Amino acid sequence: MLQPAIILGTAFGYLCLLFAIAYWGDKRADRGRSVVNNPYIYALSIAVYCTAWTFYGSVGRAASSGIDFLTIYLGPTLVFVLGWFLLRKILRISKANRITTIADFISARYGKSQLLGGLVTVIAVVGIVPYISLQLKGVSTSFNVLIHYPAIAMPSAVSTVPLFQDTALYVALVLAAFSILFGTRHIDASEHHEGMVAAIAFESVVKLVAFLSVGAFVVFGLHGGFGPLFARAMEAPTLAPLLTASPASVFGNWMTLMILSMAAIVCLPRQWQVTVVENTDEKHLDKAVWLFPLYLLLINVFVLPIALAGLMEFPNGQADSDTFVLAVPMAARAEGVALFAFIGGLSAATGMVIVETVALSTMMSNDLVMPVLLRLKWLRLAERTDLSRLLLGIRRGSIVGVLLLSYLYFRLIGESYALVTIGLVSFAAAAQFAPAIIGGIFWRGGNRWGALSGLAAGFLMWGYTLLLPSFVKSGWLVESILTQGPAGLWLLRPQSLFGLAGLDPLSHALFWTMLVNVGVYVGVSLLTHQSAMERIQATAFVDVFRRAESQRQFWRGTATVSDLESLLGRFIGATRTRQAFVEYAERRGLNPGKMREADAELVNYAERLLAGAIGTASARVMIASVAKGDVVGLDEVMKILDEASQIIEYSRQLEQKSRELEVATGELRAANERLKELDRMKDDFISTVSHELRTPLTSIRSFSEILFDNPGLDLEQRREFLGVIVKESERLTRLINQILDLAKMEAGRMDWQIAELKLKDVVADALAAASGIFAERGIHPEVKVPDDLPLVEYDRDRLVQVIVNLLSNAAKFCDRERGWVGVEAASDGDAVRVSVADNGPGVPAADQPRIFERFQQAGNTMTDKPQGTGLGLAICRQIVERFGGRIWVDNRSGRGAVFSFLIPIRRAAQAAQ
Amino acid sequence: MQAGLRGERLVALFILAAVAFHPPILNLFAVGTTVLGWPFLYLYVFAAWAVVIALTALITGRAKEPSPERGGDAKPAPEREG
Repeated sequence: MLQPAIILGTAFGYLCLLFAIAYWGDKRADRGRSVVNNPYIYALSIAVYCTAWTFYGSVGRAASSGIDFLTIYLGPTLVFVLGWFLLRKILRISKANRITTIADFISARYGKSQLLGGLVTVIAVVGIVPYISLQLKGVSTSFNVLIHYPAIAMPSAVSTVPLFQDTALYVALVLAAFSILFGTRHIDASEHHEGMVAAIAFESVVKLVAFLSVGAFVVFGLHGGFGPLFARAMEAPTLAPLLTASPASVFGNWMTLMILSMAAIVCLPRQWQVTVVENTDEKHLDKAVWLFPLYLLLINVFVLPIALAGLMEFPNGQADSDTFVLAVPMAARAEGVALFAFIGGLSAATGMVIVETVALSTMMSNDLVMPVLLRLKWLRLAERTDLSRLLLGIRRGSIVGVLLLSYLYFRLIGESYALVTIGLVSFAAAAQFAPAIIGGIFWRGGNRWGALSGLAAGFLMWGYTLLLPSFVKSGWLVESILTQGPAGLWLLRPQSLFGLAGLDPLSHALFWTMLVNVGVYVGVSLLTHQSAMERIQATAFVDVFRRAESQRQFWRGTATVSDLESLLGRFIGATRTRQAFVEYAERRGLNPGKMREADAELVNYAERLLAGAIGTASARVMIASVAKGDVVGLDEVMKILDEASQIIEYSRQLEQKSRELEVATGELRAANERLKELDRMKDDFISTVSHELRTPLTSIRSFSEILFDNPGLDLEQRREFLGVIVKESERLTRLINQILDLAKMEAGRMDWQIAELKLKDVVADALAAASGIFAERGIHPEVKVPDDLPLVEYDRDRLVQVIVNLLSNAAKFCDRERGWVGVEAASDGDAVRVSVADNGPGVPAADQPRIFERFQQAGNTMTDKPQGTGLGLAICRQIVERFGGRIWVDNRSGRGAVFSFLIPIRRAAQAAQ
Repeated sequence: MQAGLRGERLVALFILAAVAFHPPILNLFAVGTTVLGWPFLYLYVFAAWAVVIALTALITGRAKEPSPERGGDAKPAPEREG
């Protein structure tokens, strides 16, 4: 079944499907119904991280060294745990500045430096092109393995295949066509390539499903499950070490691989492209931070089982472990599975190649070719009216260039050592960007010279410690460079530089590259000064979350609108420019036809538009060519930044103030409510007082009138009437005294005679004062006041008044027939509690809170005859609370009420005790 | 406040995961036994990996709502009765 025609047909059909999906994705995007605008597609597109190197190479690595293939996927998982900080910040910065590539990002951060952008591009191309070749090789190898079916023949050197029969060439050409069609649709590289992303996401699904199918087939179809497979492997003496991972050998460069993969997931140009540039909504990151690691976990579950199965199937190395994914199903005569595995590997390779090529071509055109062309005066580019076609041409040319370069690399170097190890070597090259990026977004002090020299030093060290040895091992340079050092300089041996021994070559290289990269970056940044533009950009990047509008007005110069428009028109096309300017005018409420002089904001707007097409550094240069004036000087920048930080400070203070105001408003509202309540109470009070005063007055008056009108009344009757008058006058006096007392206390004008008191004496005085009323009703109060109560500091008369009041209340309300009143005092922590109990009807729970209000009495005041002035308890409360005490009422279990109050003991009194 | 707490949780998780996926801890599991038919080391790495992913999902997903788990315990203590 696996004839070359069928394999080729399937592969071709698959690629056609990719074109169709990308086309469909773009059409949907044009109609505004995006298919990629959701976190799932976003996470799948990030899975372009898993290349053919993952698909075939992980198994190979697992077969040779066991568990350490997982580091390549655990590192990104760790980075995505922090994605909410790191990636979100990069996303926000990139969107604000219309960043198109990683080179653009670094050059924009360090003062829009063209030199830096160019250096990053060179490093990326040198480091990544071999990695693309590796993908082409993967496709070619897997195809060659598959067409020999049913034999498991390992392809000899690929270069023996005639050029025009080499599948890799055709794949490269098809992918170039794809990248050109779907990767360079817009002149504005910061816009999303939705069709491309849709196709990449689809490829991620295909490669995952393919790999899981192969895994499931091998584990469950061939070995009957994980258990039996592992058990069989444990028995083989050669395989057991892979499972138990003897720590010394396998964990040796564990940390190196973790660090490299952590750097790679951010710094590889294709990861930057899908994670940052193609991100449609920052919120998608929230889900992607766990979806993408989940994808990595799933695609790795079967890696080790396939490796073990392969090693058991081919114990004598008949098949290269890198081809186990294909060879194991082939040996089992499972043609369909093998074909599906081939398609999976194809999808892993093509996805990577497409995105990487688009990213690299954007970098090459924006940061390498355009700046050079614009500088060559004799080309008179600046005078050309339409540069957008040229720009797209350069980008498309770069795509073809990158792919042909990769193919050439693959044809020329082929099976050599240099290509096989290039995956990690590429990671190490990309890792060189990490210090400049991480430093750039968290450290304001990093500057252009620091970044330039750090990157250059790291790159040179990378070339010396990693690339050079791989050339030696491929046989292009003499072996003695490694063993004796270049020209016999022993200390300069590339794999044990300055005598550093004991590390594996990768760890050795990572150590030295990072040492010089970070060291030079930080050191030079500290020793040199930032220009104004660098300072502006540094602040805009580091403080991206603190500034609502990151595009601050640092541009002082002006330009005419027509100059700007014609400049932009040359790069992004006249129609689009016109449209963008009209949008700008509408947003600002201006008349687009009447704009003559462009203000600073419009100049900035134009620069950002241009940056999306040709990169920030070139945009800066182009805008400077039409706008008069320059960026503001360093002093002014500092002033503006200071102003900005002052404004931030002011706004923080304002927020503080407004919060305080809110609190104050709340308090005022409460106070107002209280005042209204008091006002109402005052009215009530006055009407109640008048009413209370009128009652005794009325009876005094009527009895007086009777006496006045009837002089002939007998003595007995006269005495009786006079007695009533006296009693009512007393009541009136008492009422008025109480009102005066209350008013005095409420106004705080009461004179308090403070003295140390023994509570027992006070209670005795009160009982004596109330003895009359008790005798009247035949009650014998039950008194329980211990002798050893602590002294209290209080106004004696007032305290007596409180107790008398409670006693007379109790006497008044207790049971008519068998009245009982109890007085009790006890020490209660740092207070003394006095309670007076009776066996009367008690106080209804509803009345308990308000019984201490003035003129409030329990029960129905309309029907019952009031039994007091209604001021007694209010006065009691005033007295008790004056000294921080508390008074309340409970109902006794059984029958009756208990009025209690607490008087705090003063420390002085305690000490005196 | 909430965002700050989410950030701290993620940093803590990062440190935890970084420790869990490095040799001193891995060596503890690099013994020759199998658990549930899987080599102990592999089972551990995949299980720990799954836990890290689940926690990341939990932390980043939850903080969108205004943190329901911190609502109920701020009530003042009931006033003391004499």
